[in-house]
Amino acid sequence: MFEAPDALCDDSLEAPVAPARVSEGTSSCRESDRVTGEAYSETTVWMLAVRDQRDKVAFGRLFDHFAPRLKGVICRSGLPPAQAEDIVQDVMLTVWRKAHMFDPGRAQVSAWIYQIARNRQIDILRKEKRPVPEELKPVEDTEDDASQVVALEQETQALRAALKTLKPAQRDMVERAYLGELTHAEIKAETGLPLGTIKSRIRLGLEKLRHELKGTERK
Amino acid sequence: MTGITHHIPDELLIAYAAGNLTKAFSLVVAAHVSMCDECRARLGAHEALGGALLDDMPATEVSSGLKGRLFDALDDPVAIEQRHDRAGIFPAPVMEALGGLPPKWKPLGLGVRQMILDHDRSGSVRLLYIPGGQGVPDHGHNGLELTMVLQGAFRDETGRFGVGDVEVADGDLEHEPIAEDGPACICLAATDASLRFRSFVPRLLQPIFRI
Repeated sequence: MFEAPDALCDDSLEAPVAPARVSEGTSSCRESDRVTGEAYSETTVWMLAVRDQRDKVAFGRLFDHFAPRLKGVICRSGLPPAQAEDIVQDVMLTVWRKAHMFDPGRAQVSAWIYQIARNRQIDILRKEKRPVPEELKPVEDTEDDASQVVALEQETQALRAALKTLKPAQRDMVERAYLGELTHAEIKAETGLPLGTIKSRIRLGLEKLRHELKGTERK
Repeated sequence: MTGITHHIPDELLIAYAAGNLTKAFSLVVAAHVSMCDECRARLGAHEALGGALLDDMPATEVSSGLKGRLFDALDDPVAIEQRHDRAGIFPAPVMEALGGLPPKWKPLGLGVRQMILDHDRSGSVRLLYIPGGQGVPDHGHNGLELTMVLQGAFRDETGRFGVGDVEVADGDLEHEPIAEDGPACICLAATDASLRFRSFVPRLLQPIFRI
């Protein structure tokens, strides 16, 4: 687990230690979250606390984890550090403001933040509104289905394991494709090569996602 | 939406997820994903991979004041975003591009009409209206062309395309799409370079109609 450099620990904002899981007995804490709380990853627990309790301590932990990584990704595109940090701030502010849209059954925190970061980066740098798909409207009165959340987390773990089996050159290619440094023509030219294992993992993951989508309907 | 048989290829979904597509192509991808659960799931899977890579990134130290500035802004009032919902045959991203208004068609001759939604040096995206039974002049492409059907259907050398289907045509394809008999075929079409028409007159008109 990543340890935040000292400079990150802006102590005035840190409460002693955030609860390892969403505190029990809070009225807004959902039944399904409580039952299997310990099976959720740390970032999911923090994000749910932000979503359901507007928990600033948990948000601080998300910042400590993601801000230095987001900065790394954004700097790869050649932006000067100060401008990269402006985008990091904007992305994290969007995470806070759109927390109610977070659905752990459909996206891991990292995937959700990845997509927000891409949208904000384009909106800000290209000064245009990036076309985004319609939001799915959750069926009324559904709660997070804990088994689906856990299944998605396990699937993502398997995906990470598959990523780790890549040779460095392949890994580099995948990073360049997903972190925005390859054009679609270049991806097309390279497709198939290192993506083999990854693709089968993606296919497994999408089976679950598709199942999940059946439980939602469009506005 | 059932019945969609022509989907967005993976390399385009990856490029969209990574923010590497032009605005014109992004609009077609966003419109298709709005109507296609399968591609929504595949995009979600690619975003999961992007997220895993983000999570694995080495941390780059951020300046000490950043967190404080962020927390100071958390309680700021937020302007409400004006969003346009799906209306009729147009999914939400297309309604966004239309500014929430019905299309303003310009005639191209022979009953064919278009409305350019966006046009810049990186490419263009337009709505096309083709009366039933009518063809679009034979054309090839300098680059990539994505055409998504919003109403009706068309056929060309490569197959039949109905509502929600996307045809991906690269520089090699010379094709002559013909709208099926019945209601007009309405498409969302994006290119990254001007189409080149093979017959003489449409070529002269190209700069005028920006097609």
